[in-house]
Amino acid sequence: MALDKAILDKYQPVIGLEVHAQLSTQSKIFAPDSTEFGSMPNTNVSVITLGHPGILPRLNKKVVEYAIKMGLACHCEINRVNFFDRKNYFYPDLPKGFQTTQDKAPICKGGYVNIKLKDGVEKTITLNRIHMEDDAGKNMHLAGEVDTLVDYNRAGVPLIEIVTEPDLRTSDEAFALMNELRKLVRYLEVCDGNMEEGSMRCDANISVMLKGAKEYGKKVEVKNMNSVRNVQRAIDFEIERQIELLEKGETIFSESRQFDAENGTTHGMRTKEELNDYRYFPEPDLQPLHISDKWLSDIRSTMPALPEELYARFHKDYSLSDYDISVLTDTKEMALYFDELCSKTKNYKAASNWVMGSVKSYLNELTLHLNDFPITTAVLSELIALIDSGKINYSVASQKIFPELLKADGRSPLKIAEELNLIQESDSGQLEPIVQEVLAKYPEKVTEYKNGKKGLMGLFVGEVMKASKGKADPKVTTALLNKFLDN
Amino acid sequence: MKVYHSFQEIQLDLNTGKVSCKELVSHYLDNIENNKHLNVFVEVYKAEALQQAELIDAKIKSGKAGKLAGMVIGLKDVLCHKGHGLQASSKILDKFISQFNGTAVQRILDEDAIVIGRQSCDEFAMGSSNENSAFGPVLNAADNTRVPGGSSGASAVAVQADLCLASLGSDTGGSVRQPAAFCGTVGLKPSYSRISRYGLISYASSFDCIGILSKNVEDAALLLEIIAGTDEYDSTVSNKPVPAYSQLLKFDGKARIGYLKESVESPGVNGEIKDATKGLISALQKDGHTVEAFEFNLLDYILPAYYILTTAEASSNLGRYDGVKYGYRSTNITDLESMYKKTRSEGFGKEVKKRIMLGTFVLSASYYDAYYTKAQKVRRLIKEQTEKLFEKYDFILMPTTTTTAFKLGEHSNDPLSMYLADLFTVQANLCGIPGISLPYGKDKEGMPIGIQLLSKSFDESRLLAFSQHIFKNLN
Repeated sequence: MALDKAILDKYQPVIGLEVHAQLSTQSKIFAPDSTEFGSMPNTNVSVITLGHPGILPRLNKKVVEYAIKMGLACHCEINRVNFFDRKNYFYPDLPKGFQTTQDKAPICKGGYVNIKLKDGVEKTITLNRIHMEDDAGKNMHLAGEVDTLVDYNRAGVPLIEIVTEPDLRTSDEAFALMNELRKLVRYLEVCDGNMEEGSMRCDANISVMLKGAKEYGKKVEVKNMNSVRNVQRAIDFEIERQIELLEKGETIFSESRQFDAENGTTHGMRTKEELNDYRYFPEPDLQPLHISDKWLSDIRSTMPALPEELYARFHKDYSLSDYDISVLTDTKEMALYFDELCSKTKNYKAASNWVMGSVKSYLNELTLHLNDFPITTAVLSELIALIDSGKINYSVASQKIFPELLKADGRSPLKIAEELNLIQESDSGQLEPIVQEVLAKYPEKVTEYKNGKKGLMGLFVGEVMKASKGKADPKVTTALLNKFLDN
Repeated sequence: MKVYHSFQEIQLDLNTGKVSCKELVSHYLDNIENNKHLNVFVEVYKAEALQQAELIDAKIKSGKAGKLAGMVIGLKDVLCHKGHGLQASSKILDKFISQFNGTAVQRILDEDAIVIGRQSCDEFAMGSSNENSAFGPVLNAADNTRVPGGSSGASAVAVQADLCLASLGSDTGGSVRQPAAFCGTVGLKPSYSRISRYGLISYASSFDCIGILSKNVEDAALLLEIIAGTDEYDSTVSNKPVPAYSQLLKFDGKARIGYLKESVESPGVNGEIKDATKGLISALQKDGHTVEAFEFNLLDYILPAYYILTTAEASSNLGRYDGVKYGYRSTNITDLESMYKKTRSEGFGKEVKKRIMLGTFVLSASYYDAYYTKAQKVRRLIKEQTEKLFEKYDFILMPTTTTTAFKLGEHSNDPLSMYLADLFTVQANLCGIPGISLPYGKDKEGMPIGIQLLSKSFDESRLLAFSQHIFKNLN
């Protein structure tokens, strides 16, 4: 399927997302069972999770706290009197015969998330709500098994569902929004944001209409995208599919479609008309949940600085480029490391280069987490100071000293530099003989230089460095070379 | 062995060595054996109860016994008792074994009560005659052609026929008080949320209440003080402190009592019941209490509101019985949908299916506001009006039932007349207030008559004390 751009341009896609995030609480939303991912099937299942006769739910307050954190981060209004509702339907992975969710009174109302597109354009995406609910188990179809097996470990794991208004217009915007939401849940440490393991899931509601039309087209819900990239692919495919249908004069059915990552297409599941009437009604087994001013302010006080806030502050305090700041604020750990480093050095650009360069590539290479990074900001700031003082140069620092510092054996950068005899020669008295030696070695090049081939300066500097085993201070070297060559 | 009428008598004889727990249990086991035709127990824990009795006898000797040592109790088949069968007298929970003790059950066991068995009931506590049990009808011990009431019918007969000293039942719309009235026992439904519902199979969560059937008021008071109170497993339970009800049974002073005018005037109420009620009214007046009639203009809305809301909640609460995880699963299935349909069609009885369908209907999107929302509003109005009555009165008095125990099969083809059997009892559940049914004489045919007393929420202390006064002095 490849439609003409002119045809695509006739239509306006309209997209809304429903993003489920599994909260990283230790225990389930209504039961004390562990939420650990990857346990043996049906090992984290108490009578409450299994919906045995006689059980009652007990709300895990951490879930409320996490939901509120996300709500505050998204500028939502926090609902002070919360109810849960039952959403009734039959499915083997649903042990109680209903999902406990929030239909009428979600914990977070409204709100917005700002996204930044690749071309730098910024856009505000309005949220409809964020609500709390419990996850279902998982039906498993094992090879060679006729029967469907059910694993209830996931049943009762807490979820928040983030519902946007139909504000998105392109798959790029959806891509940016998913990245932003993932960044937020990770900053807040309320969800690990791992789409591949299903701890973040996205359903997209997609419709298309002729540009300038007043009414939205028929909405199709696409499910089962297990990466941010696949959200984008699914939306792209679905937009084209719908436009193609309309171009052929056919109608679009409001339905749920499944995304197939292998071939990048969507296919129908069942039509919305045939779906259950969920018979929502207030959950009588849970008391209304009141959120006091005190609780709310306690939660607010534990909120970390958020990417947007850090972005603005880094801009103001450290005058770095947009690119640098967006890399530095990509994860909370990196932003905080950088921020701490900047409290110990005034050379912000050098700090930024170190973090985005050596530090980041070391972590990436070993797939390590910044929390496990062995070099403290204090040590790194000493290294930066050592370079700035002219005692060592950058390449020696990054190639010789940085690997030694990773051993974290207590030696300071200066000590390592001394031990490895890397302190650079900035005493012109010491350097003069070396410079003269190098110039004597290349008489023809000297003549060429004097005849105007100024680019040869690099060669002379390099030779001096080589002869001094990297210890020559490039600035002093250049000055000396100039002195002798200009004579 | 002599028939004991109160736990106090039993304790006295236990302490003086006149009787042992083992003898008590054997006595009840014999009675159960001799009254098998009443069809009370689904299961009798003979060996376990005898073993437990020996253990508690030893505890009594060493002075370490709990408060309920020597009390032999039956459990309605809706209460979770670890390692024991539990099926709400329904085929759909065939062979189900509870994996945990409900809070109330745990609390009586902790105080050394002996559980002798589980008692039949109307399936999922839905019914007023105990005829809707997968185990067949239960018979009234006073007349075997009559029903014991329901849904805790068997639990009432067990006390009536001395098959145990007391029973724990459940009361969603009168299921403890109505059978108590039909069988001549005391039946107590405390305030909603007074007792944890953890371990009580849900029928209608915002109405359900564990209740007590006993031979007298003191035993009910003692059991209530042990099983009531806050519980981390039920977030709807009240955390109000629990008074020592059994120590507070003396009623001093004069009460202000209102009685429902219709209950002594309406042609719908059996004449002998009206006479008994009037008799109690004059006895109370003679005793110096103020008794006056009131009218309740929402009376006609009580049953409709009750049936809409309870069936709505039930349709959701019973969704989990689907053949997937436990209990009955139809063998005649081809796919998922047929498993659901056949399992639930074959596993549930007629009354339960009727209520699930009714509840599903009232919650469906197009009828939700017309039924569920409206019934919620009506419930609030009834609650407000009832609370107003308690500004004027300490207690409300009315018969527990409109008739005495009816014949087996009498209402089988007329569900509406069956539902009317709950007319006087559902108000307490709609409002969450406590109610008690006290035996108050018998009709010409020897069938017991029950009188109901209601109080405001969490006023069980005074309700029980006043009930004790009537039970002891005005009966």
